[in-house]
Amino acid sequence: MALNIRTYRDLTEPDRSALVEQIGAQRRRVADRMAAVRHVVAVLSGKGGVGKSYVTAHLARALGRSGRGVGVLDADLNGPTIPRLLDAPGGGAGAPRPAHADAVEAAAGAEGVKCISMALLLRDGMPLAFRGPDSESFVWRGALEAAVLREFLADVAWGALDFLLVDLPPGVQRFAELTELLPAPPAALIVTIPTPESADAVRRALRAALERGATALGVVENMVGGPFAGSAADDLAREFGVPVLARIPFHPRADVWDGIAKSIGGAA
Amino acid sequence: MKFLCINCDRQMVFEERQLPGDGTLAAAFRCPECGRCVAILTNPMETQLVASLGVKIGGRTVPAQPMETVRGMVVTGRDNAFAEDGKRETGNGPTWTAEAQERLARVPGFVRGMVKRIYGDYARDHGIAEITPTVMDAARSELGLEGM
Repeated sequence: MALNIRTYRDLTEPDRSALVEQIGAQRRRVADRMAAVRHVVAVLSGKGGVGKSYVTAHLARALGRSGRGVGVLDADLNGPTIPRLLDAPGGGAGAPRPAHADAVEAAAGAEGVKCISMALLLRDGMPLAFRGPDSESFVWRGALEAAVLREFLADVAWGALDFLLVDLPPGVQRFAELTELLPAPPAALIVTIPTPESADAVRRALRAALERGATALGVVENMVGGPFAGSAADDLAREFGVPVLARIPFHPRADVWDGIAKSIGGAA
Repeated sequence: MKFLCINCDRQMVFEERQLPGDGTLAAAFRCPECGRCVAILTNPMETQLVASLGVKIGGRTVPAQPMETVRGMVVTGRDNAFAEDGKRETGNGPTWTAEAQERLARVPGFVRGMVKRIYGDYARDHGIAEITPTVMDAARSELGLEGM
């Protein structure tokens, strides 16, 4: 005879583990920290090697030069490069320190740009490795990386910022995590190189971003005039109805970055 | 997650959590009617999944520390990555026995400051003047500090 067991919802006493409430508290912590950030901009591509980090860092510096409060969150946890591109001191000198009971200080880069990155936290030359069972790590590694992203958003004393640029790794997974963590979808700055192969990969990522509610600010075409031929930026701009913000040559002058900052900064 | 004592038709209450240190977890629940206890035992994979979400079975007893997951789960971190800890210590804080200090010294530098602060807060909250390995064990289980 089947047992007559009451359901979870029938039991009215509180669930002390309150896992849902714990997750809710994590989300509120992110929202509270982001309340002082006017614009979160995800720099994404979907394609590796197009210069997302390079564009992110130089755009951040240009925005900083123009007097905006800027932070960069290096969401490429496995290949972090932002501190070096921002001339932020690494190692012990640049180590995040507790600023308050609930946050650590960001590292300070050129032009007053704040940043957080796994590069500041990992031993030199060491990959990001987590404590946990060796086998089947694919089951939990993604959740842990999302947790690191959440802590980079919530547990850094970003202060009041005009822009928080999020340098994403290739693909769309980290963007999806970012969107779920933030109170509202971020804006997206698309980076591509001119080739049709890049356009293919970027198209998928951009579509995924738009489906998750992102607003596309425009396309930046990097490495123009070198060995990479094609019209990726124009093709994507036409297809998605977004502007081409800049075409960056292999050896760009500083005013290229100031031009993009001016386009983006108009929002602040 | 709730547990029901079917015989008494009463919701069981969380009793305690134990972390043996081998990646597994035990959480005990007791029926307030008949006193029967049951324990949920998770294997390392299940324990890891919960830890990956940054949540605690049995609930949180201390507020989340800044960068708690990063500091608690990353094993390739720089020892001096978080230059800190000492800031909140005062002369009135609990003392550490030599054995407790020795054990604390074995905690990786990446997470040591946070762990020391949590143990100190635990001792203060419980009116404990001296932190010993036994106190550390109790705090570790009670607060769910797996691997600390």
